[in-house]
Amino acid sequence: MKHRYLPMTEADQKEMLDTIGVSSIQELFDDIPKSVQFKGNYNIKAAKSESALLKELTRLANKNADLKSHSSFLGAGVYDHYMPVIVDHVLSRSEFYTAYTPYQPEISQGELQAIFEFQTMICELTGMDVANSSMYDGGTALAEAAMLSAGQTRRKKVLVSSAVHPESKEVVKMYAKGQYIEVIEVPQKDGITDLEALQSMVDSDTAAVIVQYPNFFGRLEPLAEIEEVAHEQKAMFVVSSNPLALGALTPPGRFGADIVVGDAQPFGIPTAFGGPHCGYFAVTSKLMRKVPGRLVGQTTDDEGRRGFVLTLQAREQHIRRDKATSNICSNQALNALAASVAMTALGRKGVKEMALQNIQKAHYAKKVLQEKGLEIVFDGPSFNEFVVKVSNPVKEMNQALLQKGIIGGYDLGRDYPELEQHMLVAVTELRTKEEIDTFAQEMGDFHA
Amino acid sequence: MHKEDQALIFELSKRGRVGYSLPEMDVPEVDVSELLPEGYLRAEEAELPEVSELDIMRHYTALSKRNHGVDSGFYPLGSCTMKYNPKINENVARFNGFAHIHPLQDESSVQGALELMYDLQEHLIEITGMDEVTLQPAAGAHGEWTGLMMIRAYHEANGDTKRTKVIVPDSAHGTNPASATVAGFETVTVKSNEHGLVDLEDLRNVVGEDTAALMLTNPNTLGLFEENIVEMAEIVHGAGGKLYYDGANLNAVLSKARPGDMGFDVVHLNLHKTFTGPHGGGGPGSGPVGVKEDLIPFLPKPVVTKQGDEYVLDYNRPHSIGRVKPYYGNFGINVRAYTYIRSMGPDGLKAVTEYAVLNANYMMRRLAPFYDLPFDRHCKHEFVLSGKRQKKLGVRTLDIAKRLLDFGYHPPTIYFPLNVEECIMIEPTETESKETLDAFCDAMIQIAKEAEENPEIVQEAPHSTVVGRLDETTAARKPILRYQKL
Repeated sequence: MKHRYLPMTEADQKEMLDTIGVSSIQELFDDIPKSVQFKGNYNIKAAKSESALLKELTRLANKNADLKSHSSFLGAGVYDHYMPVIVDHVLSRSEFYTAYTPYQPEISQGELQAIFEFQTMICELTGMDVANSSMYDGGTALAEAAMLSAGQTRRKKVLVSSAVHPESKEVVKMYAKGQYIEVIEVPQKDGITDLEALQSMVDSDTAAVIVQYPNFFGRLEPLAEIEEVAHEQKAMFVVSSNPLALGALTPPGRFGADIVVGDAQPFGIPTAFGGPHCGYFAVTSKLMRKVPGRLVGQTTDDEGRRGFVLTLQAREQHIRRDKATSNICSNQALNALAASVAMTALGRKGVKEMALQNIQKAHYAKKVLQEKGLEIVFDGPSFNEFVVKVSNPVKEMNQALLQKGIIGGYDLGRDYPELEQHMLVAVTELRTKEEIDTFAQEMGDFHA
Repeated sequence: MHKEDQALIFELSKRGRVGYSLPEMDVPEVDVSELLPEGYLRAEEAELPEVSELDIMRHYTALSKRNHGVDSGFYPLGSCTMKYNPKINENVARFNGFAHIHPLQDESSVQGALELMYDLQEHLIEITGMDEVTLQPAAGAHGEWTGLMMIRAYHEANGDTKRTKVIVPDSAHGTNPASATVAGFETVTVKSNEHGLVDLEDLRNVVGEDTAALMLTNPNTLGLFEENIVEMAEIVHGAGGKLYYDGANLNAVLSKARPGDMGFDVVHLNLHKTFTGPHGGGGPGSGPVGVKEDLIPFLPKPVVTKQGDEYVLDYNRPHSIGRVKPYYGNFGINVRAYTYIRSMGPDGLKAVTEYAVLNANYMMRRLAPFYDLPFDRHCKHEFVLSGKRQKKLGVRTLDIAKRLLDFGYHPPTIYFPLNVEECIMIEPTETESKETLDAFCDAMIQIAKEAEENPEIVQEAPHSTVVGRLDETTAARKPILRYQKL
């Protein structure tokens, strides 16, 4: 068997078999019971040469309508943003991407320091004291936040706003089922969490109040008011937040959040059909020793050199085993690196400027859509998304828009029966005035 | 600051420098205070670094030089399958049609992506011998939990609600018991016998009406094939439990034995191990789960299926456990794994396992005279040594690991599995040449001699790394988890 990934030669094989003292490789598998041995070859596609495979997969990729050749107004948790070109150059350093978890700190200082910097940047954006080294994504990070809250408060009920991402809500419910925790949805009113309803639902059994900021409809939740309601009953106040928005918005930490989670995908991470993205998890210092996942800490060696290590590992599954409160092991380290590079490139000024561009462009899009006769539902302070009422099924409109090279917004009727024929429109800094005008024109034409 | 310290990016920051190029603001602007309620416009800016593009590239290049990856050198980290990460995978994953598609686009506009997922599922079904596969779980531990939640749903659907216990061998990965706990089960440990295999008698004792499942890695974490697997399956199934396969060690049995044929009901795979999704410094991974027929109704939704010539996302799954992750899994890693499988084909995958196992057995035999070999039989893709002999000389396994750094190697996994004293767990993989294996063995042999003749050099290692052994105690007692401006 000759293959470019397999350096074994016939001469090597012979020498090695001699050293082992067997006459064939097959002998090394004789301990597998005959009845379960697999005979022959897998019935799978034959190997392809590098060039032939590249050609086939290029064709397959080209069957997809990608965001680079279309103009996209689709968000709903995953966004088409400016990706500094330098991000991919850093990620392509194979010292990073071919390494494992930095369990040997002496030869992993690069990764460890990069993660330490990531943790710092997430703390800065969220206004929290401690951030971990990443989670799978925003949805599972939110679920872990709910579980942490239940563990910390020793209560078995979490309240989740209806205006939290529907797929994240589903994931929260899945994790909660595992832990026998009850999840109750708090209704939304005019596109934000219904405060009165929330007030009546929070009680001394409530482990957490979970909201999203900006929420699934793009609206800013009144965090100051929600915080009071949550903390009055000593429930954890958990906020899921788009970290890019926090470049311009007052961070949840300033509003007294106990746990802030979200997805760093807007920072240099491609949409990639939904993953891999990069969950983040930030808490107050009080909860530091309860954080799931890996944490990097600063220390020194015996000569006083600064160095970084994985720390507080007593929290983690490989130490605690069945006493662990989270089973996370692999995380999204490489994407945390991508986010770090993007956050570094943007810097103090750029992250704010980019966030403000989103606000301005989305606001402009609202205005021109209104001019074309479309109604903005739940209108109010928002980030880069808003809801438009349309006169046709959203799926039909999107299929027609696609013919014009436009990827339309999200069909809210999929998750909210009362919002059929409502489209969630995302406008990022990448959309030009011309693209927005064309989109509004097309939307108006359908509407007419 | 020590003169050899690597600056943090924040320490390189200078007010007024930029590293970005944002799109032009071509829409009319409104005063932002009109758009946001009072108190919601951020008052203090987030203190992100302000550096130029070259500063960024130099910073991360410097960091990369302080990091060891598979491309830097041999990485025989047991249980982690640190094989070569093919470069074609990286190219394919970056194609616009894969990297820049949105998960919520109309299905008609992502047929290529769905086709790839479907075909990957088909390949994994054949490779594992299972009946259906979901690609949704993000990593191995996530897959374990997903599989256990399905087993729970299965028992509940049968009205079998007393099955609250998951059996795990004492040699299991830490994620197994942790996943069982997170899925709402109690963990029961089953002992290993003197041959390093699950003790059948003890297994018979611990199974019962309350058994939901047995989680097993095969070959186990000692690198030994659980040769009583057929009896074990009978015992567990006989008690009404399900058999769960931890696929961390699948590299040992490709084309040699399939979990489905061994009697397993649920399997998770680590595509970032066996199927070369890179480890990325700790992630992202991908942890697909395969199941037998009777568990198919419980798969997470949506399920990628084919109707006629069209690929669709099937949400109409009334018995589904629900969603374990937003969207459809770590697609980018799945693209890499698919590219790898298509690069290898059936002959290639068979050779992968044969060479991985040959390499491990060769190293084991070369090192056996110098270190204790707790289980003297053929291993699979990895093997364990014990540093007991060296410990008596005052050299611990940790010291041996640190000394290997001086030779330019990433050390093996140490102190795992827990049932071997001073454990050293070595997994060479199939992508390493005999020359590399020999050089590593030579280094290990030299260290064994040093332990006898000059133990200080081992005890005080490493001598050549950018930092020495770090003070982990202080790091945990007085945690510094972020940069603070002085």
